[in-house]
Amino acid sequence: MSISRDDALEWIKTCAGVLAENREYLIQLDAAIGDADHGANMDRGFRAVMTKMPDIADKDIGTIFKTVGMTLLSTVGGAGGPLYGTFFLQAGMKAAGKMELNLEDWVTALDAAVSGVIMRGKAELGDKTMVDALTPAVNALKQALEQNESIKQALTESTEAAKQGMEATTPLVARKGRASYLGERSAGHQDPGATSSYLILKAAMDTWAN
Amino acid sequence: MKKLINNPEDVVKEELQGVALAHPDLVKVHFDPNFVYRADAPVKGKVAILSGGGSGHEPMHGGFVGHGMLDAACPGAVFTSPTPDQMLEATKAVDGGAGVLHIVKNYTGDIMNFEMAADLARGEGIEVEAVVIDDDVAVQDSLYTAGRRGVGSTVLAEKLCGAAAEAGRSLSDVADVCRKVKEWGRSMGMALTSCTVPHVGKPTFDLPEDEMEIGIGIHGEPGRTRMKVKPADEIVEMLMEPVIKDLPYNSGDEVLMFVNGMGGTPLIELYLAYRKAHEIATKHGLKVVRNLVGPYITSLEMAGMSVTLLKMDDDLKKLWDAPVNTPGLRWGM
Repeated sequence: MSISRDDALEWIKTCAGVLAENREYLIQLDAAIGDADHGANMDRGFRAVMTKMPDIADKDIGTIFKTVGMTLLSTVGGAGGPLYGTFFLQAGMKAAGKMELNLEDWVTALDAAVSGVIMRGKAELGDKTMVDALTPAVNALKQALEQNESIKQALTESTEAAKQGMEATTPLVARKGRASYLGERSAGHQDPGATSSYLILKAAMDTWAN
Repeated sequence: MKKLINNPEDVVKEELQGVALAHPDLVKVHFDPNFVYRADAPVKGKVAILSGGGSGHEPMHGGFVGHGMLDAACPGAVFTSPTPDQMLEATKAVDGGAGVLHIVKNYTGDIMNFEMAADLARGEGIEVEAVVIDDDVAVQDSLYTAGRRGVGSTVLAEKLCGAAAEAGRSLSDVADVCRKVKEWGRSMGMALTSCTVPHVGKPTFDLPEDEMEIGIGIHGEPGRTRMKVKPADEIVEMLMEPVIKDLPYNSGDEVLMFVNGMGGTPLIELYLAYRKAHEIATKHGLKVVRNLVGPYITSLEMAGMSVTLLKMDDDLKKLWDAPVNTPGLRWGM
């Protein structure tokens, strides 16, 4: 089993739907420790991505991801724009020219995407950021690949790892981004960036594991 | 939410349309991507100054585009950093061949977007320098956070760098002026009320009728402490003492004092506060040689104020006095 070009397009559509549904939820999370713009920004970005879908419907997966990245970069703003823009651009470079991805390809693409986010944002695990959801997910995927698991099994495990990473941000004191200005007062709130990262990875599982 | 707006999504676009109609002699506005730029841009042979940030802080930055200040300003959505494509197009539009200085406020999103834009512009052969302003002393543990926020000093940096560029200085010399402002400026703010981001629709934070937030950021980020509202003189003292205590002021120094309104505080209260701030500075042996009083870096309709002190030398005084002609700041021409 592999991830086809149409599966990749379907994932992006699912992301747009999920981020629209969770717009208010992400705004609420961000209002608690940031500046209340994350939900609106992500929704605006993925709505712009949806307008590009007709142009990329017949392209390779690399082009699809790169187009998503460039669109997010120019429409999201805030920190989310460069971070999610970099995420999809890096994944797109690894998937360049491919019409389908096997598990190893997906691990390679996601690994590059997450490394790009870390490079751009300079955050480490435990800083209460996107990285706290993304890094455990990549690690779980790598492990699943080593153990020759099915794509479905691998996606289920990596999504679960992202979920746990996201939930584990709640007690943390933020060290990066606007939430860091709160110091101790940032503890007790789940990180909105880790949450949107989890939602995007969960969308991949929901789209591809069925 | 009660606001003078149409659709929340159209606020920034419609504001920019108004700016373009109101000040055609000073600025032009480019849409998609959005930026405000000098009507006579690019000025050949002059270093161009570009800044930008989330909207909602007007007149900063778009209101400071014009002779002797910014060449271009990139407005993001309300309280959201603009994007690299805006900054790149604006950089290209104002580059007069002498390079472009990006004045960036220290927020995670602004830094990342400006870094990407500078990379892209350099890739197109434009010389770009960036200086990050981080003057908010309310952020104490800056080693373990994203660092001090960029606030009031930004307005002063835009004026002073604009004058330096107008005087024909090189990109590295203009950037040096900006770094001097970064080193020598300190600010702190407070809020009496919250503000409401149009597309959010409800106040960013809850502040009871009888309380205030000391050390507030310009996006409603919480500050050092929350307490019962006190008389203005005591509030001004709570802002001035941490600013003066922070480097690099010594007794006998000359300073520029900038008392800024957050958007919802009238001038009558700002001048009342300036009176006390001036008294405190004088008591500490500081000589207030220049000043600015008014709402210049705001936080939508938030009531409150901030105070910025910038140590001055002869060069900065000369640059401050140089003519400026922008929608938001004008003297000498």
